[in-house]
Amino acid sequence: MGKGLLDIESLARSDAEAILERAKFFQPPPGEPYQRHQILQGRSIVNLFFEASTRTRTSFEIAGRRLGAEIISITASGSSVSKGESLVDTLNTLGAMRPDAIVMRHSASGAPHFLSRYLPIPIVNAGDGTHEHPTQALLDALTILDRRKTLEGLRVAIIGDIAHSRVARSNIFLLSKFGAQVVLCGPASLLPREIAHIAPGIELATDMEKAIRGVDVIMMLRVQLERQHEAAFPANEYFRFFGLRIEHMELAKPDVIVMHPGPMNRGQEISSEVADSQRSAILNQVGNGIAVRMAVLERVFTQ
Amino acid sequence: MSKLVIKNGRVVDPAQNLDRVSDVAIEDGVVREITEGIDATGARIFDASGLIVAPGFIDMHVHLREPGFEHAETIESGARAAATGGFTSVCCMPNTKPVNDSATVTSYIVDRARRFAVVNVFPIGAITKGSAGEELAAFASMKQAGIVAISDDGRPVMNARVVRRAMEFACALDIPLIEHCEDLHLSAGGDMHEGLESTRLGLRGIPRSSEDVMVARDILLTEVTGVRYHVAHISSHHAVDMVAFAKQRGLSVTSEATPHHFVLADSDMLPYDGNFKMKPPLREKRDVKAITRGLISGAIDAIATDHAPHAGDEKMQEFERCPFGIIGLETAVGLSLEQLYHPGHVTLLQLVKLFTINPATILSLDKGTLRPGASADLTIFSVNREWVYDVTKSPSKSSNTPFHGRKFKGGPVATVVAGEFVWQAT
Repeated sequence: MGKGLLDIESLARSDAEAILERAKFFQPPPGEPYQRHQILQGRSIVNLFFEASTRTRTSFEIAGRRLGAEIISITASGSSVSKGESLVDTLNTLGAMRPDAIVMRHSASGAPHFLSRYLPIPIVNAGDGTHEHPTQALLDALTILDRRKTLEGLRVAIIGDIAHSRVARSNIFLLSKFGAQVVLCGPASLLPREIAHIAPGIELATDMEKAIRGVDVIMMLRVQLERQHEAAFPANEYFRFFGLRIEHMELAKPDVIVMHPGPMNRGQEISSEVADSQRSAILNQVGNGIAVRMAVLERVFTQ
Repeated sequence: MSKLVIKNGRVVDPAQNLDRVSDVAIEDGVVREITEGIDATGARIFDASGLIVAPGFIDMHVHLREPGFEHAETIESGARAAATGGFTSVCCMPNTKPVNDSATVTSYIVDRARRFAVVNVFPIGAITKGSAGEELAAFASMKQAGIVAISDDGRPVMNARVVRRAMEFACALDIPLIEHCEDLHLSAGGDMHEGLESTRLGLRGIPRSSEDVMVARDILLTEVTGVRYHVAHISSHHAVDMVAFAKQRGLSVTSEATPHHFVLADSDMLPYDGNFKMKPPLREKRDVKAITRGLISGAIDAIATDHAPHAGDEKMQEFERCPFGIIGLETAVGLSLEQLYHPGHVTLLQLVKLFTINPATILSLDKGTLRPGASADLTIFSVNREWVYDVTKSPSKSSNTPFHGRKFKGGPVATVVAGEFVWQAT
């Protein structure tokens, strides 16, 4: 059985380095298309998305095809899942069809971990609830490494709804493993104090200007406006206090890298001026997603 | 006349401050005599050499799921699980379907128990109709039908005025009010204890404060009403302190702890495994220590299991979809010996007290001692017999436990109800 990828927390630094090295190999030179490989010819991968996602699902599909695998995408709506079939039954059904690997996105934290105890097929986590999104952190690291020699010693601010962000968690674990300093910033109710202790090298800030002073990288998170109803933050104050605007750029390092996992709410957490500026690496992130997912899928079948 | 003599056991009965090797003579379901060298001619003999002979253990907090959820447990299967765990009496919570909020439902449970249960079953009635937290349930007629306490376990009464009124009636009827302490607004959406572990796992938290504010509210209302108030399944170190404080003030406040709350912390969970999901949730190491200290000091009066069966497929789901609760009847004695007795925190007299005379006193049950004339309910257990818990052999209809496969040193050996063996270890 091959190696799945459930989370960054349990991934060794050397494994993360190997994935990133391989992803660099798959990265095409600027302006050129991805090369086709036959590495996974004859392998079948099921892309199982219990939660809506366009970019991650498409990115995995392209990555699988570039490696020569057969990849089938199933989304929750229109499948037996929407008819009330349980997660275990769905997976057992798919398991009986013997795919070589499953890529899975689910709204419940830990759903892939739970299934991996019962299913003898490697699972790649494409985002589980508010827990982790491991390939996002790897592609973010690759994007930073396009513009910096190393992650070690970098200062990275992650800004937004930290509490509910799987992107934040995976990035915290990965950046911490590589010796970066991570500053987490967001409204107090979305910034649990305990998160400062989930990995070494983490600081918390509720003041955005303090958070981004002197940083090498700013990662903005998508604001989940629906959380206003939970009284998690006062309505209409988000952009004013936690939105990234062009004047903030002066506080960070001159060559700061601005990132966003998408989809963006322009005018909410990030202004268009920043999103479309030279410092923005947002489209590089999307492109690097394919290279990283190729490396992750290849690793599944590497003994 | 049926006679039974339990020979040469170490008889531990805290109600009589008794701890010595003796024989126990039982006749027609009643304890006749405890002394050495009883003449057993014509009697059935049980050799209890090397074993502890105690008054029958009482579990004051179980869910038997009948009526309404018989796929998960019945009065019959739950009672057999109790006997297997060394319990001779259990008190069943009212969150059945329909809720036990009327004399009709109480009588149904009492009747089913009389016909099918191998142990004594004492129902607990609801505080409010349908446990909806609004209108008071029919306390007096339920008491006549057999309830021994009131509680809206699992659905705590959020309205303080309703609780106050219920306390006044409970006081007048001389029955305790048992509260599942959880502020539902603070705990809303939570799946496990709020802390480092929930943050790491990306699961929504149930803060300790959701228990604390309810315990504080209820202690203040106890002072106003004079009710006998009991905190169910205490899990927070602050709550343990508050109960101790209330006792110092002379209030009639008692509490219970479950074995899982004094054995496991949130960091011991197998991540995302529904068999570690219950309310209140497993908290932190400091809470586990505080509960252990509370059991030693007397701030916590009883050990109760909160046995909460859920059928297999209900726990085979995404963690956030799994229902709360685990079964616990068969592992309680073993876990208590492991955590409290073997490390030397409590003597056998203290340990047995937590399972017998203390819960009997809280609930005014005529149980919990082996005084001559008392009903011959006995728990015979070993402190050193080694065994492994295999839930697949459980008489319970459910298997939702985090303790499957755990090795134990000491546990129940035989269970006697009204002079009859209802279970014996093989």
